Amino acid sequence: MLGWGVDRLRADMSRLLAILFHQGVLDEQFLQLQQLQDESSPNFVSECKTDGYCDCRLDREFSDYKKMGIHLNQFMGSSSSIGANRVRNVCVAFRAASEQNNRAGCLRALELLEHEYCYLKNKLHELFQMEQQRVLAAGARYPLQQH
Amino acid sequence: MVIKLDLELDAMAITGESHSQFHVLAVDDSVIDRKLIERLLKTSSYQVTAVDSGSKALKFLGLHEEDDHSNPDTVPSVSPNDHQEVEVNLIITDYCMPGMTGYDLLKKVKESSSLRNIPVVIMSSENVPSRITRCLEEGAEEFFLKPVRLADLNRLKPHMMKSKIKNEKQGDQEKLEKSEIQSEQQKQPPSQPQPQPESQPQPQQSPLLQQPNNNKRKTMEEGLSPDRTRRRYNGITTMV
Repeated sequence: MLGWGVDRLRADMSRLLAILFHQGVLDEQFLQLQQLQDESSPNFVSECKTDGYCDCRLDREFSDYKKMGIHLNQFMGSSSSIGANRVRNVCVAFRAASEQNNRAGCLRALELLEHEYCYLKNKLHELFQMEQQRVLAAGARYPLQQH
Repeated sequence: MVIKLDLELDAMAITGESHSQFHVLAVDDSVIDRKLIERLLKTSSYQVTAVDSGSKALKFLGLHEEDDHSNPDTVPSVSPNDHQEVEVNLIITDYCMPGMTGYDLLKKVKESSSLRNIPVVIMSSENVPSRITRCLEEGAEEFFLKPVRLADLNRLKPHMMKSKIKNEKQGDQEKLEKSEIQSEQQKQPPSQPQPQPESQPQPQQSPLLQQPNNNKRKTMEEGLSPDRTRRRYNGITTMV
């Protein structure tokens, strides 16, 4: 019964991941991150997500394009490092707009960025919750598997 | 390992794994990238110290920016022989950092008589050929495009081995010189590189252009290896 729960969770996670890859929300870098995670550092991926992924406080007035450009670069770099493909792509477009001092373009890009970022955050949260449940379920399962 | 340095380092991680032969100093202002490179390096069984700025890196290496090498009255804060409490076998640094860039850090390391033997690798999320050339010409051993992969780290070991061998030779030579200081025996030929800005450890003092090893140019050439096809901005045009 518990075993079935673990497998189900694993299947659900795989399915979610597949969807996210298919949508281009995540790319292969995310897989690299997962591979780096092991017993000694089981929360590596979630730490990456929470520890400063979005430090960027974008100035909605767009008063300082140069500063915005710097923040965008940082955000773009972080996105790329964790495999947040779509977020990164929006950053690219956003940066282009800011380099042209294109205020309307920046506004649109910002909206898009918030949308993509929100979506990504929610999906990652889902993934991590599933992972935690899986770990719990697997832990409960071990006593039954005395080989 | 006790390190007596008076520093305020936010993200400094020193592993005490005694079986790891090599110690890498990683420099990156991005929290995520620092975590990532640290993880990659530990997975490759290196000791890692991660700092978030070039100036902290220099402090860790024992070099203080206030040093004015042209002023003979300044007491040097690093003396090559006895300050190396922490041996660093390689420095890997991000290029784009506020204040001191990775390039600035590279220059400072190569200008320092005590540090110039340490191989330096630059990382960047942008593929800018002129930037890459500049770094390689200044003495960087490699230039990695971010995000850095585990496979990239395989290229680090040869550089660290070379510098370790050189350090050991240098250490032996210094011991020998000390013990022979009273004797009239001739000194051994110097095993360390000539005091030039050139960082190539090989006896041939050829300029950078003449390297037999073209691997480090990987990001400059169009043909990246198949498993590293980098679709930087992959044509998904997000219209804004």
